[in-house]
Amino acid sequence: MPWFAVIAVVLTVIGLYMSFFVAPTDYKQGEVYRIIFIHVPAAWMSMFIYILMAVYAGLGLIFNTRLSSMMATALAPTGAMFTFVALWTGAFWGRPTWGTWWVWDARLTSELILLFLYLGFMALQASIDDPRRASKASALLALVGVVNVPIIYFSVKWWNTLHQGASISFEKAPTMAATMLITMLIMTFAFWSYSIATALYRVRCEILERERNSDWVLEMFNRKPS
Amino acid sequence: MSQTSLAAALIAVIRKDITLALRRMTDVLTTLFFFVIVVSLFPLGVGPEMDTLREIAPGVIWVAALLASMLALEHLFSGDYSDGSLEQLLLVPQPLSILVMGKVLAHWLVSGAPLVLMAPILGVLLGLSVDALEVLMVTLLLGTPVMSLIGAVGSALTLGVRSRGVLLALLVLPLYIPVLIFGAGAVEASVSGLGANAHVSLLGALLVLAICFAPWATAAALKISME
Repeated sequence: MPWFAVIAVVLTVIGLYMSFFVAPTDYKQGEVYRIIFIHVPAAWMSMFIYILMAVYAGLGLIFNTRLSSMMATALAPTGAMFTFVALWTGAFWGRPTWGTWWVWDARLTSELILLFLYLGFMALQASIDDPRRASKASALLALVGVVNVPIIYFSVKWWNTLHQGASISFEKAPTMAATMLITMLIMTFAFWSYSIATALYRVRCEILERERNSDWVLEMFNRKPS
Repeated sequence: MSQTSLAAALIAVIRKDITLALRRMTDVLTTLFFFVIVVSLFPLGVGPEMDTLREIAPGVIWVAALLASMLALEHLFSGDYSDGSLEQLLLVPQPLSILVMGKVLAHWLVSGAPLVLMAPILGVLLGLSVDALEVLMVTLLLGTPVMSLIGAVGSALTLGVRSRGVLLALLVLPLYIPVLIFGAGAVEASVSGLGANAHVSLLGALLVLAICFAPWATAAALKISME
């Protein structure tokens, strides 16, 4: 686990250096575009972590393995954080480029709903006292959510095209300079390692908390069982 | 021990729930009046111009129906949970998901159906045309059962949990979004002359999906909550 933290820090430093000093200035958007080096990996991670969380939750529910439901619990805050970062950096990018902080575009709206789903998952988990029941209940919620994500995405997309509201096209420049792509990939791997590191750290705390009365935990802290 | 058939058990569940709801009419009426009050707040907030109201009417009525049916969800399992009959329901040999479907149906009859019947009156107050009112009723008829079915999952998951109402809203409202989009979209499309068929078909598809999967998920949620 410390290795992933180290990798995360190193890659973030490299990635940030490249995104600010190495990657060329975009001919259309100027310097503003540099925010995508954080925005796009964060958006990827936000979606991927939700799916991963649902997979762990499903495994926990089906095979009754405690560690997988703990992993789902541990991933949720990181995923919610990335969703928030994606929305926030998106707003910062939209202000100078589109002239508005927010448009009710299909992608933005479904990302916002994804944040709500994360918050619901964490809220349900937090409000049930029995940890076993909490992880099972939230696992079911994650599965219901993951079934709904495509439905929500397409309904929002159709809703948006029917309204014909935002006239801003999301199409990026078709070709991307190689350095830009590499920088973005480095940042993605940095975020990956960060997610793994934080999730594993959280799982460690979670295990210790749930097993606080077992012998090995007490031994680890050199205390006699009461 | 005589074995009751599935249909008999289902009918017994539905009859029991409807009888209980009719004996305690306040729950039904509270939901209905909540719906009316929320809708009537909008003209007060937005202003009395009929053109504006007509434009926002589909969305307003749909959002109000969504909130009202979410409010009613709290009563879906809580009565049975507190008097212990939910545990008995889990012990019954008939499949739980079918019995859950019966409970949801009974719940919809006393909380969703009144909303469908009340909606045209509110639509008239907001200046909707007769055609739009028809579409509004059809979409609510298709949409409110979906909301009851999806909401049942959330209701079962939050049984006996602290600050249940707020939590239920947080869990269930994001899942209601597709229903809202297609329901309000259908009425809007018919107002603007585009025809509501596509939206209504999609709502129907959502209803079929919800009937297939929601009772099953609700049964699983109930088992988790009761263990």
